[in-house]
Amino acid sequence: MKLYDTVITTPLLLGTAQYPSPAILAEAIKASKTEVVTVSLRRETADGSGEKFWDILQQSGCHILPNTAGCHCAKDAITTAHMAREIFGTNWIKLEVIGHSDTLQPDVFGLIEAARVLSEEGFKVFPYTTDDLIVGEKLLEAGCEVLMPWGAPIGSGQGLRNPDALRSMRAYFPDIALIVDAGIGRPSDAMQVFEMGMDAILLNTAVAKAGDPVLMARAMAGAVEAGQLAYAADPMERRDMAVPSTPILGLAELM
Amino acid sequence: MITIAGAGLAGLATAFEVAKRGRAVTVYEKGASLGANACSRFAGGMLAPYCEGESTELEVVTLGLGAAKWWADITPVTRRGTLVVAPNRDRAELSRFARRTEGHQMVSQSEVATLEPALADRFSQGLLFQDEAHLDPRAALVDLAQKAEALGVRILYDTPAPSDVDLDCTGMAADLPELRPVRGEMAILAAPDISLSRTVRLLHPRFPLYVVPRGDGVFMIGATMIESSSERQISVRSLSELLGAAYALHPGFGDAAVLETGAGLRPAFPDNLPRLTQHNNTLYLNGFYRHGFLLVPAFAAKAADQLTSETSHEYSRQRHSA
Repeated sequence: MKLYDTVITTPLLLGTAQYPSPAILAEAIKASKTEVVTVSLRRETADGSGEKFWDILQQSGCHILPNTAGCHCAKDAITTAHMAREIFGTNWIKLEVIGHSDTLQPDVFGLIEAARVLSEEGFKVFPYTTDDLIVGEKLLEAGCEVLMPWGAPIGSGQGLRNPDALRSMRAYFPDIALIVDAGIGRPSDAMQVFEMGMDAILLNTAVAKAGDPVLMARAMAGAVEAGQLAYAADPMERRDMAVPSTPILGLAELM
Repeated sequence: MITIAGAGLAGLATAFEVAKRGRAVTVYEKGASLGANACSRFAGGMLAPYCEGESTELEVVTLGLGAAKWWADITPVTRRGTLVVAPNRDRAELSRFARRTEGHQMVSQSEVATLEPALADRFSQGLLFQDEAHLDPRAALVDLAQKAEALGVRILYDTPAPSDVDLDCTGMAADLPELRPVRGEMAILAAPDISLSRTVRLLHPRFPLYVVPRGDGVFMIGATMIESSSERQISVRSLSELLGAAYALHPGFGDAAVLETGAGLRPAFPDNLPRLTQHNNTLYLNGFYRHGFLLVPAFAAKAADQLTSETSHEYSRQRHSA
C-alpha cells in the first residue's frame, strides 16, 4: 500500500495513547507489525517537553504520523500541524478537526478548510472524516490523497456502524487509499474492514485498553492478515437459504 | 555512615529503614526545607494496590499490599477503603474495572448511599475496595522525617550531596538513562457541604478522577498524566476537565473554593515500575511514577537491606579503593 510516496507493507496504523506504560506500548508496536504510529501533539507539549516519550516512539523505527487531536477549529489544527512538522521533521499530518467535544465527531467543514491550506503548504494530509462521499470528494479536491473515514465514534469500539456507507466509499474511490480510523473494537471488526476491500485500519483504544495490549496487538495483526487474504480470495456470496454442498442426486425425495 | 541524596519520599523512607537496622544515616537535601523539591507534595496519598492493578503490573499490587500497615506506624492512615463509581452512561467502565481488579465487592445504589450518604441516588452501582486506605501526603512526609530523626537520622537542608553518596533518591534530578517525567496536575478544593469519608474514584473513558478527602471539608482531586517535562502551572484545559469531573461526581463541588492547584513531574521508567539500580558506587532508588506512597515501603526496605548487608556497598567500595 502506498501512503503518498511511502510504501507500507502492514496496513495497520497504531495510536500511541493510553497504554499502561511505554514499555508495553513498545511491545505492542512490535506485536502489531505496524510501520506507522500516530502521536498526538498537545499544546502542553508543543514546546518540546514531550521529548522523552517521543524518543521512545522514534526508537521503534516506525514512521511517525503526528495528529491534531483535540483541535476544535481549522486554525488550531493548522497551527498544530506547523508545530508537528518542526518537532517531528515530517510533512505527514493526521488532520483531526473535532466538531463536538463529547461525541468527538469531525467538523467536516473545518476539516476541508484546513486540508486545503495544509496541502497548499506541502503537507501530506491524512484527514479523519465521516463516511460521507461528498466530503470525501471535497477533501480530494483540497489535495488529500488518503481518506480516513470513521468506523464509529472515537474510542467507542462499536465496530463498523455503517458498513454500507464504507462499501460505497470503496466503490466510489477505487484508487484512493482508504484507512478506517476510529471505532474498531475487536479483531472481527478489523477483518470486516479488509473483507470489504479497504486499504488499512488505524487503531488505538482497542489495543491500548485491552487487558493485555500486546496480546491484542497480535490478534489484530492476525485479523488484518486474514481479512486481506479473504478479500483477495473473493469470498462466496451470501444466500438466503441452505445450498447442499454434497450432491443430492439419487436420494429419495420424501416430499 | 550511610549517605543519601534527596530528602523526598524515597530518601526519607530508606533513611528510616536503614536507621531501624541500627546504622547511622545522613540525608542531604539541596532544598531549604522539607518537601520543597518533593513531587510527592502533589500526590493523592492513596494506598490503593487493588485499584492500581487495573492498569499496572501485578507487582504493584503485591508489593503495595503492606503499605497501609507500614504507614500506620508513622502517620495517621484512614482505612476506609476506596469506592469506585461510574456515570450511568459509562456503566461498562465499572464492569471492566471489576473484571481487571481483585479485592472488591459490587455494591448497590442503596449500599452506596449507606457508605457515602453524599452520593445517595447518584450512582446505581459501585465497587468497594474494603482493604484500601489513604493518608495526607504532606503530613506523612513531615511525620516520616520526624520518625527518622528520632532514630538518629541527620537531615542536612540546603546541602548538596557529595558525589560519592551511597544512595541517590533525587527523582528527576538524577538524570538516569530511560528515566522520563510524567506530568501530573491536581487541585485542592474546600467543599464544606460535601462529606466523603473515603477515596472515591469516578471512572470515565477520557476524564477519570479521584477525590481524596483530607478532612474538614477539604479534598484533593487529581490527576492528569501527560508525557511532558513542563513544570508550568496547570493548564485551563486540565483544570476544567478535573473540575468538570468533580462536578459530575457531586454538583456540590460547583460551590467549592479552589484552594490550590499544582503540577509536578513523576519520575518513571519505561515499565512505570520503580527500580533499585547500581551505577558506579552509588545505588539509585527512583521511578516511583504514581506509586510513591504505595511502593516506597517495600522498596525502601529492599534498598536498606542492600545498603546494610554484609556484601554491602561500603564493603565493596573499600575493596575497590584498596
